[in-house]
This record gives sequence, structure tokens and C-alpha cells, in this order.
Amino acid sequence: METIKHVINTLFAPQYLVTLVIIGLFLFYRYRRVVTQNKLVAYSILAAPVVFFAVSTLDPNFWVQFKRPDNVPIAGMMLLVLFFTWLALKKAVQNDDRIRDGRPVAEAEPEEEEKVFIWPDLVYTELICLLLVSILLTVWSIVIPAPLEEPANPQLTPNPSKAPWYFLGLQEILVYFDPWLAGVVIPTFIVIGLMAIPYIDTNPKGNGYYTFEERRSEILLFQFGFIVLWVTLIVLGTFLRGPNWNFFGPFETWDPHKVEALKNVNLSDYYYYWLLDQPKPEAPPDADVITQLWAIFRREFVGIFLVLGYFLALPPALVIFSKFFRKMFIKMGFMRYMVMTFLLLSMGLFPIKMIARWTVNLKYFISIPEWLLNF
Amino acid sequence: MSGFGQRLKDKIGSPSQWFGDLTRTPVWKSLFRHKLPTDPKNRALVVLTNVFLHLHPLRMRKQGMRISYTWCMGGISFFLFLSLTVTGILLMFYYRPTAQHAYPDMLDLMESASLGLMREMHRWAAHLMIITVWLHMLRVFLTGSYKPPREFNWVVGVLLMVLTLLFSFTGYLLPWDQLAMWAVTVGSNMARATPLMGVEGPGAQLMAIGDVPLITAGSDMRFVLLAGRFVGEGALLRFYVLHCLGIPFIFVILLSTHFWRVRRDGGISGPGKGGRLAL
Ligand code: HEM
Ligand code: HEM
Repeated sequence: METIKHVINTLFAPQYLVTLVIIGLFLFYRYRRVVTQNKLVAYSILAAPVVFFAVSTLDPNFWVQFKRPDNVPIAGMMLLVLFFTWLALKKAVQNDDRIRDGRPVAEAEPEEEEKVFIWPDLVYTELICLLLVSILLTVWSIVIPAPLEEPANPQLTPNPSKAPWYFLGLQEILVYFDPWLAGVVIPTFIVIGLMAIPYIDTNPKGNGYYTFEERRSEILLFQFGFIVLWVTLIVLGTFLRGPNWNFFGPFETWDPHKVEALKNVNLSDYYYYWLLDQPKPEAPPDADVITQLWAIFRREFVGIFLVLGYFLALPPALVIFSKFFRKMFIKMGFMRYMVMTFLLLSMGLFPIKMIARWTVNLKYFISIPEWLLNF
Repeated sequence: MSGFGQRLKDKIGSPSQWFGDLTRTPVWKSLFRHKLPTDPKNRALVVLTNVFLHLHPLRMRKQGMRISYTWCMGGISFFLFLSLTVTGILLMFYYRPTAQHAYPDMLDLMESASLGLMREMHRWAAHLMIITVWLHMLRVFLTGSYKPPREFNWVVGVLLMVLTLLFSFTGYLLPWDQLAMWAVTVGSNMARATPLMGVEGPGAQLMAIGDVPLITAGSDMRFVLLAGRFVGEGALLRFYVLHCLGIPFIFVILLSTHFWRVRRDGGISGPGKGGRLAL
């Protein structure tokens, strides 16, 4: 038992958890027919997390985190997201088969096209939904009291201090990016990026019915963002981050004295100390502005070129070298293509920075503490 | 005797007769402009003449009504918002947004107020609403319902989601306990790092006139958000007003737009008659 727990604790570490979720998502969509049509597989996948939760609550350490009233909805959310992803995929697979056979999709069957009166059909459905939600809410409110801790005290900082649960994905990103990115720029980009989706996605297919094969890349990208970068990071931030934002496995005690060695290094450290084996360029403290700027630039130029190249050179390079992107460019036009690649590359920064951190302990690509600008 | 009983029974009538009588009274007739909705004409009138039901069209395609298609998530989000408004208004009767009263009011609310579940209902409905809004977005995405002609309604939806999160964030402070204060401290610390506009943000030093810095702990984004240098009474009042008045005001405008556009954009999305897929 202890070995199993130990293995699970290890597997839930950020680097493995995120990787496993990505692999899981890929397999889920890759083997969509098995996952949705083989009853045994389907039920096992849907039941697995429930069983995992149920068995795990026997562990006292797990139970302590799980039973916090504010954490209950998150467990519910995980199950709901899994179920609805599965349900949508099931309908998509059925429709994809129909499309291949040249039949109308399920949503376009003649009896589905038939117009029905709102009263009584829809009004009653709504009424039943409303009753069920009310019952759920009342029972939930009776069973689990709302949390109320000690009175607010600005002198006493709790450890860990956590944002409200729906922002914990962003707080988790703070591990990899500085606050100006994780707390300001990234949320802004998420909102703008979401709003831009309808104007970027020019694929006319898959409008008004479930399908996967007609919109593969759209769906995979969105699910990568939603399930991996949003939901998984929330779960990680809620259940697996303890004092000092250290990682703790689901069956570990939150030990406030756990110390983790800080061994992250900047790209410029790698370049100067490791590759060139020489000190970094530095301007004398009384030098004029231009000299200082030049010193900063020389210190950070590898990172600056990498980042600029990533955002500015990569989009045109893709058009030149990749047939897929060339087609896309022609179909979408200049503006739309540039906006889309910019948003995609921004999203791509997450896995890049995460992997760089997990493998080579990279702290910043560009680090200019003089201007509080770390990237 | 039995004759008398019969006569009495006729006089009193049966529940269905009472109901029939009721529908013939002038008051009833002034309320409802239709007969019982048992035939097409009256089923149409029911929806047309009722201000709440007329959010809906008279008739719609069967597929758009299916729970397996919409997951009912938009509707549930709306219902949760209504519940939050009702419980929120009840909470406002008890709750005073001052550092002195907020926390004791919470204790009173949970221990002695006669509607002792309101706080629970409000908090859990708020959590639930966030989840249902996300799931609603997921279903709209997976059915491709943001594609023309519904692009704009997706944008409105994203704004609604942002407001839902702000609702919850501002509400989170109000219990004024350690959980509330520090969650909001962590959240609002981010504003300190706003590029150019926060004291610890990149480029803040550039915002200066001569030697006088424009962005200080007393004038940056975080200060604007909290009405102070830390989460204190100013922040409590500010969050309270935003939570109970400011955000609801904007939310309701956007929500009306959202519903209006669902109708104007042709109702719940579907593959479309005569399209390639209808064959
Ligand atoms: C117009 C509608 C609303 C009004 C008048 C209102 C009013 C209030 C009041 C007076 C409180 C303080 C009492 C307390 O903390 O229990 C409160 C708390 C709260 N509100 Fe609202 N609210 C409204 C809508 C919402 C919505 C839509 C959300 C979320 C999506 C929300 C989320 C919260 C949260 C999370 C709390 C803290 C609950 C707690 O721990 O007690 N509220 N609200
Ligand atoms: C407070 C939040 C929201 C409420 C109360 C709400 C409510 C609704 C309702 C009741 C519908 C009718 C169909 C259905 O139930 O699925 C709907 C449709 C729609 N919603 Fe929302 N919504 C909200 C947030 C969002 C968000 C976050 C998005 C997207 C990012 C969105 C995009 C749409 C679109 C595009 C439609 C049309 C779908 C179709 O025709 O199939 N909404 N909304």
C-alpha cells in the first residue's frame, strides 16, 4: 500500500501530472471509437476517478485536503468536465460515421428538424432542471457549511496563501512566469484570445452539430487550453500545493518546513558561465544610459533573439517551410494569420517554459531586473 | 339525506370546477390572455403573452431542446444567477460592509438568523455557477455554435464569464475572515505588477516626471483596486458596492444582449435545413 501511495505521490508531481494529462487527452481522442463505443472501456474511464476519490479518502492526508468545503466543487468539476468531454466525443464519433456514410448528422434528421411548441415540452424540461438544481443546492448547503475562518488579520499571513480556487491555475503559472505575465498579461490574453476565436476560425464546417473529424485541430487546441492549462492547473494548485507553494503528493502531509533547493538559472547564466566560461558583461555603475543599455543588451541578447525570433520570425518561416501553414495563410489572409499565430505561440510558451524548467531548470529567457522585466 | 348531500356536493363543486370558475373571474382574465394551453393556438398565446416565457420563441426545432445537445448549461447558469440575486438581497439585509461589523454579521448569519442557509446557498451557488458557465462555454465550442452568425454572441458570452469571475472575486472578500482577506491579497498583488501601471511592474520607473515618480504604492493599479495600500476597510466597501450594484448592473445589460442575440441569430444552433449535412 505504501509503495502504491508513494508511486502515486510521485506521479502527481507537476511535470508528470501535466505530461500524463496531455498523453491522456491525446489517447482519448486518438482512440475515440473504443473510448465511446466499448461500454466496458467507457464506464471504466468514467468510473475511475470516482473510485480513485472514494478509495483515497481513506487516507488521512488526502482527506484533510479533500474535505475542505471550498475544494468539494473542484472535485465535482473534474468529474463533470470528464463526463461532458466524453459525451460530446460520443456524439461526435456517431456524426463522423454518418458523414462518412453520406447520411445526415443526427442533429439534422427530419424528426429533429421538426418544430415543436415551447409549451409544454421545453417549459417542462426547464422546470425539471430547475427543481433538480434547487434540490442539489439545498442538500449541499445543509450538508456542507460555508467556511468561516478566524477574523481577518493583516498581521498574520497564512501559509500557503491562496487565491480563490478559480484563479489557482493562474497562481500555479506564477511558478513559471513573473507576476506581470501570470497575473496581468496572460489573463488579458486569455480573454482576448477567447473573444478572437470566432473571427480566427474560418472553418465553415461543424457549425451546429457535434463532430471531431471536421474540426480536429480546433478541438484539440481548445481542449489543450481548457483541460490541460486551465482545469489541470487548478487541480494542481488546489490539492497539491502546500506551504510556500511547495508540491505535496495527494497522500503526503503538508509539512511547512519542507525546503526545496532553488537551483533555477537564467539563460544568460547558461550562455556566459557554462558555454563561454566568462563573467557577464556589466557596465560600471556610474556609466551613462547608453552604455548601461548596451551592457544589458549584450548580457541578454541570446534570450532577446530567441523571443523575438519566436514571435516575429516563426510565423513567416512557417508559411515558407510548411505546406500546412501556407495553405492556412492563403485561406486566412495576412492579418488573421498573424493574429492567430501570435495567440497560438503565446499559448505555446506555457509548455515550452514548463519543459525548460523541468529539464534544465531554466528560470528566465530574458532577465532584466533593472527594469523589473523578466521573461 | 342523500339528496341533500348531492345538492351540497353540486353547490360546492369539485376542484376542477373551482378551477374553471377561477379562470372565469375578471382578475384571472386580466392576468392571462389565453385559455388552458391544450391546443396550438393557446400554446402559442401562453408564450406570447407572458413576459418571462417570451424569452422563448413559440416553437423551435426539436434538436435545440435536447438536453444532450445544450447540456442545459446556459439555462442552469441563468437560474443560478437568479438564485444568487435572491439570496444576495436577503444577505444584504443582515450584512454591513465595515471592518467592525462584517465578521460578526457573518457569525450572526450562520448562528441566529432565521434563514440560516442563505450564506451557504449563496456561496455554493456561486461556485457552481462558475463551473456551469465554463461547461456552457465548452458545449458552445464543441458544437461550433460560435461560428457565423453567432460570433458576436460568443464575445458577449466571454464578457459574461469574466463578470461571473469578478462577481465571485469581489464576493469572496465580504466574509472578512482570514480566507477572504488573504485570497484577495494574493489576487490583488498581481495588480502591483501591471506593466507601466504597477509599482513592481516592468517599466514603472519610466513613468516619472523628472525625478518625481508617478507610480507609487499610493497611486498604482493595486491602489485603485483596493482604495488603499493593503486590503482594508476601503477595499471592503469598494468590493461590496461593486459586488451588489456595479457588476450586477453591467451583467444584466450583457445578459439581456446575450438572450436577445440567441433569438436574433436564429435560435439555438443546428446543422441547418437544406445544408450539405441535411442532404
Ligand atoms: C445581484 C446579485 C448579488 C447580490 C445582491 C449579492 C450580495 C452578496 C452579499 C451581501 C454578500 C455578503 C454576505 C456573505 O459573504 O455571505 C455576498 C457574498 C458573496 N457573493 Fe454575492 N451577491 C450577488 C451575486 C453574486 C454572484 C453572481 C456571485 C458569483 C458568481 C456571487 C458570489 C459571492 C461570493 C463567493 C460571496 C462570499 C460568500 C460567503 O463566503 O459568505 N454573488 N454577496
Ligand atoms: C453567465 C453566463 C451565461 C449565461 C447565463 C448564458 C446563457 C445562455 C443561454 C440560456 C443560452 C441558450 C442555449 C443554451 O442554454 O446553451 C446561451 C447560448 C449561447 N451562449 Fe451563453 N451564457 C453565459 C455565458 C456564455 C459564455 C461564457 C459563452 C462563450 C464564451 C457563451 C456563448 C453562447 C453562445 C455562442 C450561445 C448560442 C449557442 C447556440 O445557439 O447554440 N455564453 N447562453
